[in-house]
This record gives sequence, C-alpha cells and structure tokens, in this order.
Amino acid sequence: PNCSIQVRNHHCSADKYTLQWSPIKSSIDNSSEDFVANQSEMEAIVNDLKAKIAKIEQAGGEKAVKLHRSRGKMLARERIDALVDSGSPFLELSQLAGYQMYGAEEVPSGGILTGIGIVSGRVCVIVANDATVKGGTYYPITVKKHLRAQEIARENNLPCIYLVDSGGANLPRQADIFADSQHFGKIFYNQATMSGQGIPQLAVVMGSCTAGGAYVPAMSDQAIIAATGEEISAEELGGADLHCSESGVTDYYAVNDSHALHLARNCIAGLQPADEHMTFNPNADEPLYPAEEIYGIVGSNLKKTYDVREVIARIVDGSRFHEFKERYGETLVTGFATIYGQRVGILANNGVLFSESSMKGAHFIELCCQRKIPLLFLQNITGFMVGKFWRFLGKAQYWLTIVENRVN
Amino acid sequence: RSASSSAPLIRPIQRVLVANRGEIAIRVQNTARKMGIETVSVFSDADRNALFVKKADKAYHIGPPLAAESYLNIDKIIDTALKSGSQAIHPGYGFLSENAGFAERCAQAGLVFVGPPAQAIRDMGAKNVSKQIMEDAKVPVVKGFHGEDQSDANLKAKSAEIGYPVMLKAVYGGGGKGMRIAWSESEFDEKLASARSEAKKSFGNDEMLVEKFVERPRHVEVQVFGDHHGNYVHLWERDCSVQRRHQKIIEEAPAPNMAHETRLKLGESAVKAAAAVGYVGAGTVEFIMDPRGEFYFMEMNTRLQVEHPVSEAITGTDLVEWQLRVAQGEKLPLSQSQIPLNGHAFECRVYAEDTRDGAFMPTAGKLTYVDFPEDARIDTGVVSGDEVSIHYDPMIAKVVVWGADRAAAAAKLESALARTRLSGLPTNIPFVRRVLAHPEFAAGNVYTDFIPDHHDELFEKVETPAEIYLESAVAHALAALQKSDNGVFQNLSFFRVNVAPKYTFKIDGKDVTVRFDSDHLLTISYDGNTFEATLDDVTNIGNDEFQFTLEANGRRWSTVAKNLKETLMVNGVGQNEYETLHSGNFDAYAGAAASHSAVAPMPGIIEKVLVQPGDQVTSGQALVVMTAMKMEYIIRAPEDSTIEQIKCQPGKNVPKNAVLVQFA
Repeated sequence: PNCSIQVRNHHCSADKYTLQWSPIKSSIDNSSEDFVANQSEMEAIVNDLKAKIAKIEQAGGEKAVKLHRSRGKMLARERIDALVDSGSPFLELSQLAGYQMYGAEEVPSGGILTGIGIVSGRVCVIVANDATVKGGTYYPITVKKHLRAQEIARENNLPCIYLVDSGGANLPRQADIFADSQHFGKIFYNQATMSGQGIPQLAVVMGSCTAGGAYVPAMSDQAIIAATGEEISAEELGGADLHCSESGVTDYYAVNDSHALHLARNCIAGLQPADEHMTFNPNADEPLYPAEEIYGIVGSNLKKTYDVREVIARIVDGSRFHEFKERYGETLVTGFATIYGQRVGILANNGVLFSESSMKGAHFIELCCQRKIPLLFLQNITGFMVGKFWRFLGKAQYWLTIVENRVN
Repeated sequence: RSASSSAPLIRPIQRVLVANRGEIAIRVQNTARKMGIETVSVFSDADRNALFVKKADKAYHIGPPLAAESYLNIDKIIDTALKSGSQAIHPGYGFLSENAGFAERCAQAGLVFVGPPAQAIRDMGAKNVSKQIMEDAKVPVVKGFHGEDQSDANLKAKSAEIGYPVMLKAVYGGGGKGMRIAWSESEFDEKLASARSEAKKSFGNDEMLVEKFVERPRHVEVQVFGDHHGNYVHLWERDCSVQRRHQKIIEEAPAPNMAHETRLKLGESAVKAAAAVGYVGAGTVEFIMDPRGEFYFMEMNTRLQVEHPVSEAITGTDLVEWQLRVAQGEKLPLSQSQIPLNGHAFECRVYAEDTRDGAFMPTAGKLTYVDFPEDARIDTGVVSGDEVSIHYDPMIAKVVVWGADRAAAAAKLESALARTRLSGLPTNIPFVRRVLAHPEFAAGNVYTDFIPDHHDELFEKVETPAEIYLESAVAHALAALQKSDNGVFQNLSFFRVNVAPKYTFKIDGKDVTVRFDSDHLLTISYDGNTFEATLDDVTNIGNDEFQFTLEANGRRWSTVAKNLKETLMVNGVGQNEYETLHSGNFDAYAGAAASHSAVAPMPGIIEKVLVQPGDQVTSGQALVVMTAMKMEYIIRAPEDSTIEQIKCQPGKNVPKNAVLVQFA
C-alpha cells in the first residue's frame, strides 16, 4: 500500500507488479448437471459436519452443563468468547479430537478447547479445559491436543493462555498418559521451555485444578485465580485467598470467571507488542469468481478429477496466478499468487503424484524458502507411486523446517 | 412613560455587548452579525472555552463561575461595555435582563439597554403594582378579597363581585386544609361553613380569603412589542402549559383549541397592558386561561423569552432584529395588520436531566457527543465535548419546528427529537417524546397540570419493543467489527470454525444473542424470543459512525450508531446509549467491600452539613444539603449508623459520586 519514496527492502516491493500476473480463466459451467450434483453432495457433507460440530459444541451434555452453571461458572466456549477481543475471530483447532475414539464414552472436543484468538490486540494460543467433560480430566487425546496447541504456539511465537478447570489425569487411562515423552509431563516441559524462549505463559485458574492440572499455573509466568463461589469457609477454600495472600503461587485474585478473564486481558495488554511482519492489504482485489462455487467444482467423489486451478481462481487476489513449471509434472500445480496482498507459493495436487511432480514441488519449495514466501498446500491426494513420494516428502519436510525457522 | 412622548433620536449601534451566555448569546450574535453589528461577549471562568465566546467578535473575561460575581456583576459588565467601545448592551434572558437598576446604570453610562425603560421593569416586577395597573387599563385580572371584614355576608358579596367559581382559603392554611371551591352562589354558605370549621380545627383560626378560582388553567402568553414612537403590536400568543416543576418544556404558537375571537381579545388585552406601562421593546404578557377561554393577567416579562422562536416561526420575523432596531430608535418594522399568523410552531427545551419515574433530576457533566438534525431550527450553545456546568441552567438546546398545522408541526418535532443525538448525559428527550405521543396532547388538551395529571401514563413502564433489542444488539456486533491492518486473521471478524458465530450483549439488563448465520441473515434471541432478521446496507459514515438496515417481524428500518470511546449510541426505533468497555468495571471487586457512605447524586456545591462525626443517625435522616442547578438537594442517611467522618465542606464544589459522609 501507499509506499512513499523510501529505500525499500525486498519485503516491501510495490504490490502493483503482482497485478501483471494474468488471471485464471474459469471454464466452469455452474448450471451443468455435474456442478449441481457436486454442490448438493458437498453441501450434504458439510451439513453433516456442522451437525456433528453442533453436537460437540454442547460440551458434556445438558446435566453436566447445568451443574457447571449452577456453580456460577461460565462454559469453556463462553470463557473464550469473553476472553478474546469483542468481534474478533477464533481459529479453533482439533475440533473433532476424541470423536468416536473411546467407544461408548463421548469426549467432545477431546475435553479441551484449543485455538488461536486475539486478546487485547495480541494473537494468542488459548487452551481451555472443559470441566463438563469428565471434570475436565485429561484423556490421552486431551494431552495430545494440548501439546499440539503448544507446538503451534512455539512455532509461531504466540503467547499461551491456559484456562484451567481440570481434575488432572483421567485415572482409568493413566497408563496412556504418564509414561512417554509425548505424554502429560511434556505440557509442563513446554511451558518451561517456551517461557525460557520468551513466549509468555499465562494461567487462569477457573475451577478445580488438582493433581497434574495444578502444575499449569505453577509453571506459568503469571497466574490468576478465581474464587469458586462455592459455599465453603475460607480455611477450607485453600484457593484464591490462600494462593494470592499466603502461598503466592497465584498473582491476581478474581471474584468470579468474568473478573478473572478481565484480569487475563489486562495481563496480555501489558506484554510487549508482537513483531507483525505480514503484508496485508484489506482492499486487495476479490477473486473474479465466487468461493461458494468450490463445492460444485470439487464434489464429494474422491475418484473424480477436476482442474485445481478452478479452486485457486476462487481463493487468490483477482484470481491472478503466476504458474511455475506449467508443462512439467502436471499433476502438481505450483505457482505464485497473492492473498490480501501477501505473496504465497501455492502447491496444489492435480492428480496422482509422479516423480516429476515431486521434483517440481521440491524445486518450488526451495524457491519460496529462499524468498521467504509462505506456502499454501491445496491437498487432494488419491494416491501416489510408492517409492517415489519419499523424494517429495523428504524435501518438503526439510524445507518446511527451514521456513519455520526463518519465520520465527 | 416619558420615552414615548419625547422625540426619540436614532442612535445607531455599531457594537453590542451581550451580557449573557450559551444559546441566547449566540442567538443575539447571529442577528447582530446579519445587521452588520459587531458583538462583544463576556464570559466567566466556567465558559472560557464555550462556543459563544469563540463566535464573538470580541470577548472579555468578567469573573469566576458564580453568576453573582460574573454575569450579574453590573460594574464589571458596564466597564467592559465602555472599554470595548460598545454602544449597547443586550441582556438576553435571565441574569440582568429584568434588573431595573442595571437598565438605569446603562443609561447613566450612556449605553443603550436593549430592553424596556427601567420604570416599566419596576412596575411589572411588583405583583401588586402590576395588577393594579392592569386593572386600571381594563385588562382582566384574577380578583380576590383579603380583608378584615370577615362576616359571612361580606365574603358572599365579595364572591359575587369576583364572580363564581371562587376559592375559599384559610388565611393561615396550608396543605389543602381549609380550602373549598364554591361553584355558584347557591352552594356558597355550605362551602364557607365547612371551610371555616376545618380551618378552625386545623389552625385554630377561621379567617378566610376569597380568590377567583380558575379551573384547569392553561399558561397562555402574548408576545408584544413597543417602540419609542408610541406604537404597540402583538405577535400572537404562545401556549406554554406543559411544564414540570414550574419550568416550561414544550411551547407552541398559536395556542391550540382557541377560538379566533378569544385570540384577538387576548392580543388586544396584551397590547393594552404594554401601553399601560409605556413599554418599549420585546415583552411577554402572561395570562392564565380556563377551559371556557376566560383569561386573566398574571404578570408581564419585560424581556425576550426563551420560547420566542415559536412566535418568529409563525410570523416570519426576527425578534432580536426588532429589539435592536427599536433600541436604535427606529419604528416597529410591521404594523398590527401586517403581522401574519402562519401555520403552527413547537419548541422543545432539551434539558440535561434524569426524568426517570418523574424525578426530573438535573444533571451536569460532559456532553461527549452532540448532533442535531439539520431540518429543525436548533438554538444551542454547546458542541461535542462541552460541559453542562453546575453553575448555570442545564438547558442544552431548543429544538424548534414549523408545520402547516399543529399535527404536522408535532410530527416534525417528534422526528427531530428522534434524530437528536446527545451522549454523556441523560436528557428529557425520551420524556418529551412520550408527551408528544399522548392522545390528550395530540388533541391539544394542554394545561399546567398536564404532567402530574397524566403522570401514570407518561411514566408507565412500557415493554421495550423488540426492534430496540434487535437494533442495539446488531449495532454492538457491528461496532465490534475488527478493522486491523495487522493481518488477514485479525480482519476475520466474528469468524468461528464450522460454527455460526454468536455474540451476547447486555441490553437493558437482558442478554441478547446475535448469531450470524451469514453476513446478511441473523438470528437474534432474548428472553426466549427468537427473531430472524436480515441485515443490509451496512455503511461506514466515518468517524466511528455507521448505519444499517434491519428487517424483522415484517418491519424494515434503518439505524445509525456512533461508537464513542466508552459508549455506543444507537438511534433507530429507539434512542439509546450503552457502555461498551469490554469487561465492565471490576475495580469495586478488587478493593475491600465497598464501605458505607453517602455520596453526591450529582455535581454541586455543598450548602450545609447537618451532622458531626460520632453522631448517631437513623435511616432517612438529613445529613448534607447541597445545591446544583439552582435546586436544593438533601442527602439522607441510607441506613441507621454512626458518622465516622465528614468528607465535605460548605461552599465547596463536589463531583458526582463524591463521598460526602463516611459511616462507621
């Protein structure tokens, strides 16, 4: 945007030059039989997904929710909504974790909500136990989901906010929780090492915080504790009063959930501002074709092929795409485009992956890494020629590591 | 009276000092400027940054906020007029406008006082004198008898003289005791007997006075004008019956439901009254009028009235221009037959006050945002960010509209008030709008007890219409739209993965949830009600202001919202302001439990402290007397307690919510 005359570095080259890339011309007939059938099939699948998510959103069920509320506590999702900036997005992670994993036992969202949200203007990773699901105890999948969120926080240098309301490990399953390096203890290890890397760790104790759960606030840089509101005497409480005034484990005293979340927002507001170095132009050209048509193009039949450029044309600014190695390894489409002004390198499957396609992919990734251009993968792999894929995968993994390191 | 006989000189005014503040100062400046006359303003410390000071050609500081030391400081104002080279002083209304001594001092200093001769002010200022002058001039007055001959026969004879109905009142009475109305001679004896016996029982004395009883009186006043050449005209009447605490809120011209003959008679009487005192300049003759159209002289206001714009609207005149011309010695611009009566006009006085439950509590503080509709005449002295000061009248503006007839004018007033947006202080606008909506007001059946008589309907708790919850919730949601240049993610307002984003806002104490099923389809729910709404035309007007159109329940309407730092103003079907700080204020929780104290309900000045540390007080006992906005307030103990500490001092200003008395 409006770069006035100045010495520019390579991150700030004028956007206008990317406008010379030609737009993809769509050849989709959105009234064709195929398109209409594809669309309705995809919609059915999406509706099914949404119905499943809607069920998951109801957390541990009516009875557990009622009990939770009767204690004057907010639900995990409500806590996140109150924590993030009003009107801001929340990118929830691993929504289907725990789905049909433990037989008859339902563990919606894996008993924990994780995601990326904006708190006091700062992009953070939020991890919130859901006490309506088996008291917020950790199943093996809960641990895995918690660790995945921390991994994302570390890779992207995002502060972590833990909304703790957990009874610790799910004891019947403790054999699958405590033994390994990727198990429960890794959570605290991550907190310690991230804190060491300068990634802020903030815990908000909003309910029970027993056994393993108790380490999370103890391992955080700052901790807030909310009084439970239960009718028990101060001596018995051993909670907010004790830990704020005597033990000193927690730093801020809150009278209830919303007060605690308010204090958490205040704490995040005190962090040094993040280095934001993404290019972003909110006024960038919209794609020439509507994104809604993607359903009609892709369809639900995994064996049917389509031209992935039709999808790219519906994602990128002005549908402009500068394709790389168009005539070589055609089952993988590679090329440059911009999304809201941010240059991206796109790798999109367009059929079975062959040796040439993976060579091309590796070459393109290398190019992007050299230029510090983020990669966007549009994945649609029905299969690949065994023995050849390693080459692509190996390269990809290798270069991705480099990209991550550079971004950090 | 000598002024009209001596040959008046034309004394051109090149510069006029306006010895007033706020909207009326600006009103005078505007006309003076139009006539090529320079204006000089005087201001107190409280008005240093006021709009009228900025708009003046010259401005001089005259003292501290207290009016007695600034706007009422005659020496200082005359000095300033001379120092600034002014030839005339316009007093506006209030302050020195009806001060005969000031008019004389102006004359002594060789300055033109834009107003009537000092003698006229004096005559009209004393009730008994003015009544006598009017009686002599054959202007009807409210007759009465208050004398020593207390015989039943004499009282009956006097009553016949006064004319029925009459009011019999115990001389030492009060609280409605010993009062009777005799509607005719036939019931006089009975009423007198019962009044006397009640008075005897209650006050140990049965002396009576007799007064003409005016039932269901209206406040009707006539705008008059006189010049130095012996000419007098009236500019029709105004009805100012709708009052609270004896202060006018809605004024209109002409008076509704009045026969034309009555109107002409009223005008004639007013002109007679003006002539009787040799009146010069703008004046108002006030009458009370009963439902049969009988009217009686009350008093004459020897100044320009606050509500003069409604007379201007129906006659097409500029009364300040007339004042200045007359002051220069010119003849009245129009003769009586040339003064038209066109259509109907309303004025609403917009006050900073809390009208809830009929308390009409004046408020003071910062008007964070001020916006008036462009299609009404707005006389105001404030702009966004100005203070309504505790030192002066809490009037914010006058909204004046004109229509071809009363119904059209009332509709215009309603529309103008609906679009008047004032933030920071509660105003009487919602209350005035309820008055306008009252069928009796619409029918023109106004009288001075209109508000108390219709109290129940005017203050009836009405259920907030669904539209207000909907528009307010949507405005909150749109106000939260993220506009960040930091990245794509930061701009994904409301985004949730695989779930329709929903937001809950507290509106009027209710949790209202807005779910975005798409950018245009919303599901809004509260109290178990669910509404499907469509949202269109979301437009950013700039300056954190936006508008949108909603459709729900078959109704389609547009709403404008302004996002101020700490509040959100929403004007659509409703007219509301909401606090928007993300998580409310938890400071009270953070400290110890709030201690017991009595606090100032509004900013003001402490008048008296009635208790001392250590005193035992009972709930409801008066602790502190404070004044604000010319009104006295008594701060009472909220509970039985012991006084620990007095935290205020007589004569000192206190802000709103200041702790005045600390309990143990």
